[in-house]
Amino acid sequence: MSLQVTIQKQLGSFLLDVDFEAENEVTCLLGASGCGKSMTLKCIAGIEKPDAGHIELDGRVLFDSETGINLPPQKRQVGYLFQNYALFPNMTVRQNILCGLSREKDRSVKEQRLADMLRLMQLNGLENHKPHQLSGGQQQRVALARILVSDPQVLLLDEPFSALDGHLRDALKIELRDLLERYGHEVLMVTHDRTEAYNMSSRIAVMHEGRLLTVQPTKALFADPGSVPAAVLTGCKNIAGARKLDAHTVDVPQWGVQLEVAQEVKDDLKAVGIRAHYFNPNAARNRFPVSYVEEMEEPFETIIQFRYIGQDPDSPPIWWRLAKDRRPGQFPGELGIAPANVLLLYE
Amino acid sequence: MSVDWYPLWNSLRIAAISCVLVFFLGIFFAYYAAKLPRMIKGILDVFLTLPMVLPPTVCGYFLLLIFGVKRPLGIFLLQFGVKFVMTWYGGVLAAAVVAFPLMYRTARGAFESFDKTLAYSGQTLGLSNTYIFWRVRMPACRQGILAGTVLAFARALGEYGATSMLIGYTPGRTATISTTVYQLWRTNDEAGALFWVLINLAISTVVLLTVNMLEARQKKAVAK
Repeated sequence: MSLQVTIQKQLGSFLLDVDFEAENEVTCLLGASGCGKSMTLKCIAGIEKPDAGHIELDGRVLFDSETGINLPPQKRQVGYLFQNYALFPNMTVRQNILCGLSREKDRSVKEQRLADMLRLMQLNGLENHKPHQLSGGQQQRVALARILVSDPQVLLLDEPFSALDGHLRDALKIELRDLLERYGHEVLMVTHDRTEAYNMSSRIAVMHEGRLLTVQPTKALFADPGSVPAAVLTGCKNIAGARKLDAHTVDVPQWGVQLEVAQEVKDDLKAVGIRAHYFNPNAARNRFPVSYVEEMEEPFETIIQFRYIGQDPDSPPIWWRLAKDRRPGQFPGELGIAPANVLLLYE
Repeated sequence: MSVDWYPLWNSLRIAAISCVLVFFLGIFFAYYAAKLPRMIKGILDVFLTLPMVLPPTVCGYFLLLIFGVKRPLGIFLLQFGVKFVMTWYGGVLAAAVVAFPLMYRTARGAFESFDKTLAYSGQTLGLSNTYIFWRVRMPACRQGILAGTVLAFARALGEYGATSMLIGYTPGRTATISTTVYQLWRTNDEAGALFWVLINLAISTVVLLTVNMLEARQKKAVAK
């Protein structure tokens, strides 16, 4: 079971050029809005046509520009969950789900699978409701039910939680994650939300202006994003240009500091990143005098902005994020950072 | 007084038949025009909308130019006994040409505001494009298409200029309500003209009331 994708397509100002494989797992395409991630899904589903490339699903060629193969979406067996769920507004829940069974001709089999799916997705009692009578979470379940009864070989999820209210989102994430684990095929999910990506996927492909920067296991990516866009997308708040001094030391002119790092530095280093959580007033290493700028309170955390004493006045302040109960009574004169927590960014 | 009801019957059948024609043609062109390359679409759009902005008499002039019995196409059609000049079904042609842009443009507007993800999701679920068109797209665009149909019917019913150019006024053969009103007025039969004006008003009112009722019922159904 595998999905192989190679796509080139001109998109306005940049070229969408992606090449990846997914196998029996949840892969997430993480990227900023307009980076081409939704277009990638549409090309796989056959809704859009790439300029060139090759798409193969479990050994079936869905698209190949050289041999001219381009299966219509109806024949691809690719399930696509749209951002707005795309339920047919004129049909009931039952009719909507039956649309996913159009390939099945046997009436009794249809009814049986419909009933099974209604039970699995906890939609019993809602059969005769129209989509607009359902809550956001119910709509998502109907849309998924409609897709899953059609027995797709891969499931594409386009920003599956963006249409939901915040308080619903976390509950549905857990629901969907459990469902996807049982589903047992490839799942390709698109999002710009790093938390969603982290919650749902085992692997993340970072997309930037049409290109795949890296494909890595989720936790490895967050631990070492490797590039500036990937660091930004994984939520790194403090990034500054840097150059190599020696194998374990880098110079950060903007911050006016030289940092000791755990990883070996390569010659083409472009920048370093420090996650806002990792500053520590008690750390012994990379300890420099700082000055307080301002702070913002969140329900359970505080974001403090500070500057290194030797910092370039034109550069933005540095973020330090910590749990409220750990906030020191007096702002410390010096802050340190463990060498392992300095991210080396190369692109 | 015995009334010759022929104009009423003739007007209604001309409007009804041309409305059916325009319904399908308008939807057909609206649907396929949306898929054409921009350049061709622009040119086709101007051509298809022209009858709406041209004076109906100019449309009638062009129709005569094409279907006149001394023109190549007119001569050709005459071999099969088909003559659009001075016949009641010529009135269908005239009304259809003039009413077409109303259907075409309203349907196109409805199709353009249609949420494409509905069609895409149908395709990925394995539904045929024909099924998606009739069971998803058309119901979603029902409001616009209904409005276009009513406008086209009303316009066809009231057609005067192109009709009088192409089929003239022959009592009992080509007379419609609108040409009868003019003819009676011209011959100083004011009472007769008023009678047909009132008939026309009654029909138009009934049509519009029906539409409003349908819309209200639909809104209620959606709100439920």
